[in-house]
Amino acid sequence: MKKTTIVLHSGESDKLMSALIIGNGALAMGGEATIYFTFWGLNRLKKGRMSKGPLSRMHFLGLGALGMRLRMKQRNVASAERLMDDFKALGGKIIACEMTMEIMGISKKNLRSDLVDEWGAVGMYVSESEDAGLTLFI
Amino acid sequence: MSENKADFIVDVTGETCPIPLVEMRKAVMKAATGQVIEVIGTHGASRKEIPMAVKSLGLTLLADRDGEDHIWHLLIKK
Repeated sequence: MKKTTIVLHSGESDKLMSALIIGNGALAMGGEATIYFTFWGLNRLKKGRMSKGPLSRMHFLGLGALGMRLRMKQRNVASAERLMDDFKALGGKIIACEMTMEIMGISKKNLRSDLVDEWGAVGMYVSESEDAGLTLFI
Repeated sequence: MSENKADFIVDVTGETCPIPLVEMRKAVMKAATGQVIEVIGTHGASRKEIPMAVKSLGLTLLADRDGEDHIWHLLIKK
């Protein structure tokens, strides 16, 4: 099992969940995993925003997201917060894109720096992906 | 009952993907070589994917058996 690298470009909850579930799966199967947070994805690294965000579809001014959270709770699906804790516990790596932080006006002090392993740019993602068997853009 | 006694019990009944897989991995990290981990769960997809992980981690699946009320038991040797 090789490395998995994921670019999380989107900030919606469903996409964040996909990135975290795939990342955890890759780690659990014995591989390495890196998630590169950029553009809207960075919003979810802000303090208090891990489990709070819109859906990419059926958002319905927040009602869709509320319904989805309720159904996830009923089905006992793990929260993004728990999946992030697991991802880190299994040795997953988080990179925050410094270039897009500048564009989006986000400073390091706004982000969960306890989760971030590296502050980088595209070169770091490409170099991380050199020996990756699976790379995704979400 | 199996003759293999578990050193670690991972009870993930009621949990869905990817938690059973993740909790299995955490237990494998804690276990020493030769130790046995028993995963107890209810999620069907996890029952299929944990043996795949066992294979790619180079571990041994000792048993995969049904319990009561849709509960399954997987016995893994590190």
